[in-house]
Amino acid sequence: MPTVLVLAEHADGALRPVTGELLTAARRVGTPAAVVVGAPGAAAALAGELAAAGAEKIFVAESPDADSYAVTPQVAALQAAVEAAGGAGEVAAVLLPNTVDGRDIAGRLAIRLDSGVIADAVDLDESVVATLSVFGGSYVVTSQVTQGIPVITVRAGAVTAEPVAGAGEQVPVQFTVDPATATTVTAVHTEPAGDRPDLAAAQTVVSGGRGVGSADKFSVVEQLADALGAAVGASRAAVDSGYYPHQFQVGQTGTTVSPQLYIALGISGAIQHRAGMQTSKSIVAVNKDPDAPIFEIADFGVVGDLFDVAPQLTQEVSSRKG
Amino acid sequence: MKPGMNIAVLVKQVPDTYAERRLKDDGTLDRDAGEAVIDEIDSRGVEVALQLAEQHGGEVTVVTMGPQRATEALRKALAMGADKAVHLVDDALAGSDAWQTSAALAAALRTVGFDLVITGNEASDGMTGTVPAMLAERLGLPQVTSARKVTVDGTTLSAEKLIDGGYAEVTAPLPALVSVSEKIADPRYPNFKGIMAAKKKPVQTLSAADLGLSNTGGANAASRVVSSAPKPPREAGQKITDDGTAGAKVAEFLATERLI
Ligand SMILES: Cc1cc2nc3c(=O)[nH]c(=O)nc-3n(C[C@H](O)[C@H](O)[C@H](O)COP(=O)(O)OP(=O)(O)OC[C@H]3O[C@@H](n4cnc5c(N)ncnc54)[C@H](O)[C@@H]3O)c2cc1C
Ligand SMILES: Nc1ncnc2c1ncn2[C@@H]1O[C@H](COP(=O)(O)O)[C@@H](O)[C@H]1O
Repeated sequence: MPTVLVLAEHADGALRPVTGELLTAARRVGTPAAVVVGAPGAAAALAGELAAAGAEKIFVAESPDADSYAVTPQVAALQAAVEAAGGAGEVAAVLLPNTVDGRDIAGRLAIRLDSGVIADAVDLDESVVATLSVFGGSYVVTSQVTQGIPVITVRAGAVTAEPVAGAGEQVPVQFTVDPATATTVTAVHTEPAGDRPDLAAAQTVVSGGRGVGSADKFSVVEQLADALGAAVGASRAAVDSGYYPHQFQVGQTGTTVSPQLYIALGISGAIQHRAGMQTSKSIVAVNKDPDAPIFEIADFGVVGDLFDVAPQLTQEVSSRKG
Repeated sequence: MKPGMNIAVLVKQVPDTYAERRLKDDGTLDRDAGEAVIDEIDSRGVEVALQLAEQHGGEVTVVTMGPQRATEALRKALAMGADKAVHLVDDALAGSDAWQTSAALAAALRTVGFDLVITGNEASDGMTGTVPAMLAERLGLPQVTSARKVTVDGTTLSAEKLIDGGYAEVTAPLPALVSVSEKIADPRYPNFKGIMAAKKKPVQTLSAADLGLSNTGGANAASRVVSSAPKPPREAGQKITDDGTAGAKVAEFLATERLI
């Protein structure tokens, strides 16, 4: 069986859920092997979890450089892991999470391996044919790499993890980073995730738009989200107006979500916003303007003031849970 | 090249995202379906280049690869204030994938010369977002992608870049490649003077042969579309006007649909 390499996504000593999803996709094609890139000791903390998630092998690429530079350590480590796994004849694919870094790593690696790349796959079959959801889900496209070892980034939450425990045999690999082509990371600022679910993978998303009117009033959106156990999202207009941080933007240039339920509060439903949420199972919209385009795709639309409707809904949801 | 900072900016002409976008039966983009515009993200790249050149001196060269009419995107960038343009145009390049696009653009950029390359972080038509990193690898440059703020001091570039869940502060030595995010500078509008001046600015055209490119075009791509199918559009459901009980009615709807 050929090997399929999976870049393990981890932070603060814990695996990100997407890693289990990638290992599940990898098992369809061949023998899943994880590649851990991190500071010395990073792999020891993750090995048990990786084996449980399906890794037969764990390529351990540890160096103090791993956290000080962006992207190029992972590129060099994956290249070394491809070699260690037997090269082009033995490696059927390299899978990475479709994050900003994941796509950069994929791009650079593809050039080094002289391979084609596919970005943002939502599914992968046993012959390494990837499924893509294009233009906000208006098209379903399948695509295949025809040159070299396929390098594929996979959207978080798209593949359901089905863990089958693997042997988790650890294999050390060495890598070096060329400072002339390296970007140094001097500080990282991330918001603590808090208790809310991850936006991309959430079952329910409550989003606010420009109609919310201010950063303070976004608490109306948050309260409904918390009553529903939902993630909070925002339109680009809301983000650009400073009402909510950018990482919560939903849409063509933000996160693509596909939850069971999407609630849009004070969002007009511009085509670029719809591109990031129109594959949601059920859509509820509240907007003052009866002609807002969001109503064209809403399963349940309310023409009204979000400051009346959302708090009442929050109340109802809380009391039903009661 | 002029003294100061010589900046090459990549711009791509794309179908307007405000209109419906279509794929052809072979899974390639239907470029005749709607109006074509300079990608919004690339107009931000041009803005950042102009601001840096205003601060540090030097020259801004816009580069595109695309069909004949992509020259409109170059004119737009020239009207904003870029100094000159390079248009890589050749039927042999039609259907290129990210791998081939990055090879062609890398060859074009080598003929232009630069201290800094600026691109968009993700084209609105292809959605691969891998061309910038591929270019950086081909050109042997450090990459700073999805930047929301960029400054240059001597030969060091500093930036804030978006990452999942927040942002990071990074530095890189020049020459480097930066891809901009939409959270960076808003593009300026070309004024009448700029539009008139743009008509006289040089646009150099290059062919695949000029750059010595081989194995070009869709037939030689490193990835290919196997199938493509449109999804049926969504339909509107019920719509009510709030009479003071809409919140409760939404809750009822959610309960019926077993969503709460
Ligand atoms: C290249 C490109 C990429 C883009 N990417 C994205 C993207 O990723 N995500 C995105 O969201 N947008 C994106 N946009 C922007 C998009 O075109 C819209 O400008 C944006 O989605 C509008 O956000 P909005 O609906 O919050 O604001 P508006 O369009 O201003 O709508 C606000 C709505 O709130 C309603 N309202 C006001 N007050 C109330 C109230 N009290 N109660 C109820 N309703 C109220 C109004 O009737 C109105 O319909 C992109 C645009 C471009 C060109
Ligand atoms: N054909 C092209 N001509 C010029 N620039 C391009 C081209 N394709 C991609 N780019 C640049 O690369 C960025 C990212 O593109 P992509 O990786 O295709 O999403 C774009 O925003 C452009 O700046």
